[in-house]
Amino acid sequence: MQVLVEPVARLIEELSRLPGIGPKTSARLVFYLLRAPAEQVYALADALRDLRDRTHFCSVCFNITDVDPCAICVDPERDRSIICVVEEPLDVLAIERTREYRGLYHVLHGTLSPIEGIGPDDLHIADLLPRLKADVPVREVIIATNPNMEGEATAMYLARRLAGTGVKITRLARGLPVGGDLEYADQVTLGRALVGRQAME
Amino acid sequence: MERERLYRTEALILHRSDFGEADRLLHVLTPHLGRLRLLAKGVRKLSSRKAGHVELFSHVNLLVARGSTFDIVSQAELLEPFRTLHDNLERASMTYYVGELIVRLTEEQDENAPLFYLTLATFDRLCTARDPLLALRYFELHALELAGYRPQLHFCVVCQRRIEPVANFFSASMGGVLCSHHKGQVEQAMPLTLHALKVLRHMQTQPWEQVAVLRLNSNLHMEIETLVQGFIVHVLERQPKSVEFIHRLRRELRENSLKEQLHKTRNTTQEGVSL
Repeated sequence: MQVLVEPVARLIEELSRLPGIGPKTSARLVFYLLRAPAEQVYALADALRDLRDRTHFCSVCFNITDVDPCAICVDPERDRSIICVVEEPLDVLAIERTREYRGLYHVLHGTLSPIEGIGPDDLHIADLLPRLKADVPVREVIIATNPNMEGEATAMYLARRLAGTGVKITRLARGLPVGGDLEYADQVTLGRALVGRQAME
Repeated sequence: MERERLYRTEALILHRSDFGEADRLLHVLTPHLGRLRLLAKGVRKLSSRKAGHVELFSHVNLLVARGSTFDIVSQAELLEPFRTLHDNLERASMTYYVGELIVRLTEEQDENAPLFYLTLATFDRLCTARDPLLALRYFELHALELAGYRPQLHFCVVCQRRIEPVANFFSASMGGVLCSHHKGQVEQAMPLTLHALKVLRHMQTQPWEQVAVLRLNSNLHMEIETLVQGFIVHVLERQPKSVEFIHRLRRELRENSLKEQLHKTRNTTQEGVSL
């Protein structure tokens, strides 16, 4: 005997495929939507459809965009001689929030993971090289991969591929997080924070 | 049976993957509990106090709480970060391979203390050894042995007679050496030079200190590598994925050095012309 009518069961099934959502959460969301006003439900449906139909990867920096090239890549205000390399589109957002950076980006879409068989060809590494010889020559590449082993390996590999191009290669500094507590810092972080200490002005 | 809610263990972090919002699933090797999968909550946040203590390839002390699906790391203390592995891409690529081999060779919760100590020592050797590849070969042979796949290097696997000190053969499917009389009875028997056999035996029976002093030329090393990895592929029934990365780095390094040489010779000829 089927207790739930087909449309309800189907949406529960579809939602429960999303990361972090199990059958219970999924059912709760579906019953919320059943009672929600029609506009809200249609808005959600439209948003989902647009997400699929109106986004693609920027052909220059591989960030997610609705126009190609993306708004950052065509912005005349931005410094075209600096490229910041990040792992994921969300990292672009994080760096933009700092308001400290006015250059361009390059999104790799992942990190090297030998154990899962993800090699350099599965990331947008080769696409970075031709960008260095654009109309405005690039003078600096900032490698902003995550400060963990996977990000570190990717950074080292990237630096090796970029060596010999004459472009300055930099890596984000590593140190103590704001609001942190020295006694909880691990040796590596604290060590690097000591090495990278700065004069007080 | 009543079980303690918390337990404490040493561990080596072999592999990890993102899990949920800000968590990571760690594959760790412990001395007395075997290989475990543990959930480290919140470690992808910058403000996490645990994050720096559960880095890949580090030797840590963990306090773990039993959970329903996964046990959860409640405290972590870094014992040895093996920093060289984080600063050297070649050595890091080898460590990835060590991690993958252990994950593939062992079952979860299968206690294997000697394998833990071998791995711990191997991480250290990959940091410090003059020839890290030698340390990798040593690890492969001994990890195979500890997982129950010790290759037979002293007696012919068909006739059980002692191997003569001449050129012999090796068969991955039979798990050992073959004398020249019986190579025909086994498919895909690879030729094995006397030198390679001697090195393999030395590695299998001697402690690392005796192996570390060996200096192998690249041909001999290549022969041993091909043979051992062929055996590993047979045991695992698959090619370990991280091997490709080691090979790629090696290939690119070789190409680069060729390019540099070419560059140098071109420069010197140009200088010659200008003189």
